[in-house]
Amino acid sequence: MNIIVCVSHVPDTTTRINVAGDAKSIDPAGVKFILNPYDELAVEEALRLRDKMKGEVTVITVGADNAKEAIRQALAMGADKGILVKGEKKDSWQVAEMLAQAIKPLNADLILLGKQSIDFDGMEIAPMLSELLDLPAATVVVGLTIDGNKATAEKEVEGGREVIEIELPCIIAAQKGLNDPRYPSLPNIMKAKQKPVQEIQGAPSAARTEVVQLTKPEKKRANKILKTDGNPTHAAHELARMLHEEAKVI
Amino acid sequence: MNILVYLEDRNGQIRKPSLEAISAAHALGGTVSVAIIAADTSALIEQAKSLNVSSVIVASDARMANYSSRATGRALAAIAREAKADVILIGATGRGKDLAPRVAVRLEAGYVPEVTTFASEGGEIIATHPVYAGKAQMSLKVTTPVKVFSTRPNLWKASKDAPAAEPTVQNVTVDWSDADFKERTKELVLSQGKIDVAEADIIVSGGRGMRGPENWTLIESLAGAFGAATGASRAAVDAGWRPHSEQVGQTGKTVSPTLYVAVGISGAVQHLAGMSSAKTIVAINKDENAPIFSIADYGIVGDAFEILPPLTEEIKKLRGH
Ligand SMILES: Cc1cc2nc3c(=O)[nH]c(=O)nc-3n(C[C@H](O)[C@H](O)[C@H](O)COP(=O)(O)OP(=O)(O)OC[C@H]3O[C@@H](n4cnc5c(N)ncnc54)[C@H](O)[C@@H]3O)c2cc1C
Ligand SMILES: Nc1ncnc2c1ncn2[C@@H]1O[C@H](COP(=O)(O)O)[C@@H](O)[C@H]1O
Repeated sequence: MNIIVCVSHVPDTTTRINVAGDAKSIDPAGVKFILNPYDELAVEEALRLRDKMKGEVTVITVGADNAKEAIRQALAMGADKGILVKGEKKDSWQVAEMLAQAIKPLNADLILLGKQSIDFDGMEIAPMLSELLDLPAATVVVGLTIDGNKATAEKEVEGGREVIEIELPCIIAAQKGLNDPRYPSLPNIMKAKQKPVQEIQGAPSAARTEVVQLTKPEKKRANKILKTDGNPTHAAHELARMLHEEAKVI
Repeated sequence: MNILVYLEDRNGQIRKPSLEAISAAHALGGTVSVAIIAADTSALIEQAKSLNVSSVIVASDARMANYSSRATGRALAAIAREAKADVILIGATGRGKDLAPRVAVRLEAGYVPEVTTFASEGGEIIATHPVYAGKAQMSLKVTTPVKVFSTRPNLWKASKDAPAAEPTVQNVTVDWSDADFKERTKELVLSQGKIDVAEADIIVSGGRGMRGPENWTLIESLAGAFGAATGASRAAVDAGWRPHSEQVGQTGKTVSPTLYVAVGISGAVQHLAGMSSAKTIVAINKDENAPIFSIADYGIVGDAFEILPPLTEEIKKLRGH
């Protein structure tokens, strides 16, 4: 089985986000970048399928040189080889285009992604790839079984789960719950350094969106915090009153 | 401006996020049409006729009895061309977020996901959505002639206005191929009889501070008094106290309810990522330095076990139960 995993290199959720001088992007100073957490699920699923059905796992990322760290992380988990697609990405459309260009010649049986990158939280790439590569896709997947050229995917939706039947080759975007990603072992981290990472140049068409502004949220909160002062019932009644009279939510 | 809104249905009913998208469309201004794509469309058309829209455009095929996102994407793109739509709005549900990027690719349109507010600048639409787990907001404009947006649920009021005149109904033929149906939804398994956090107007969530699953009756009683859904932090889910479907946050669900009550939840950034756009936030926590208080509108520093019972009683009274 020839499995492709698309991974992105994103700021760690716990890092402080500061807006850069252009007021359109983040200031990268002091920002720690990690392998997108949802992509760990995609890599883990790929490794399990490869170990069961034989084959190869190729990890692809679109980005600058430092995005190679995300590839190394996936290789340390156990993926076989990597491809770095270099190119400026101004929006998801360009990322999807460059991924499609890189994936098309590879004859993949299965393309795995995370459900979203935790930078722009877009959830755009998997459906876009589905259209660009002319392959069926299932997103927000918490369960996957493959039987020959048919797969059954469970998609998390509001209020429950959808059971989706899908033909291979296909695209699957992983949600938490699909599996428990492994931690790279020390020997595997060493081995990853020897694994091949090919670099290719992406050629996207024009971006279709333009950032006007990046701001920190300024929503004002009332911030009325009560103390119980030994009388929790009184505080509870006061809270209920405020919700009723001030916030008008009851 | 011609605006097309996709009508998502579940069990033959048009879903609320689609009605909210109609309100967002009216706020943008222009002529509003709606798209229905299904195997059996008659009941949906009847529902659509009572909506405040100019036209209802329908595509139908027996194969749509099982939802397929590729097939729906092709149909919605065909309808958008027919309607000469400048803007396509789709409620950002699980289904909508899979559909919108497809339609954007097919129409060579730019797309902005999970829009929380629209503004207009020199006649251009500026769409804003939260990024970096809600730690920042990004405002974008779409530079292509056709523009696609998904609108985050619960931020617009569902449109209930009656139409000035009955909308026209028009059918569109779509050149579906069998390849469009290589992915099909066979079944929808609903969790039983509970309000889902992703759809709820009010959510009461518990965290590790609740100490164990046996104490969730307190959370459920308060939720019952409010008519709310119950949610949970990841700590409560990872401990096996609550199902993952209730998890709010970055690796759980993103919610924008009118009221979010966090009980025994510290307010880690990954939790805030899922709920910081709630209209009103209430925190109950015994640690006055818990980060949740810094984004709360109202709160009590104290022991949840002492506060929840009288709070529940008082809410019941105020709601007339
Ligand atoms: C990649 C990643 C993704 C994550 N995704 C999510 C996510 O989607 N959702 C999520 O929630 N977390 C997520 N987390 C975990 C997150 O970082 C926190 O660990 C988690 O939110 C903590 O849950 P908690 O607030 O219930 O527990 P704690 O942080 O342990 O807080 C418990 C709180 O309860 C209070 N308390 C204790 N006893 C009482 C009492 N009797 N009365 C009142 N208050 C009391 C304490 O003061 C404390 O503030 C993620 C982490 C990572 C690394
Ligand atoms: N720059 C990128 N390179 C490779 N894959 C990506 C990139 N950005 C996003 N992806 C993949 O697409 C998924 C969804 O991302 P997004 O649509 O940006 O939310 C991620 O989980 C990755 O699997």
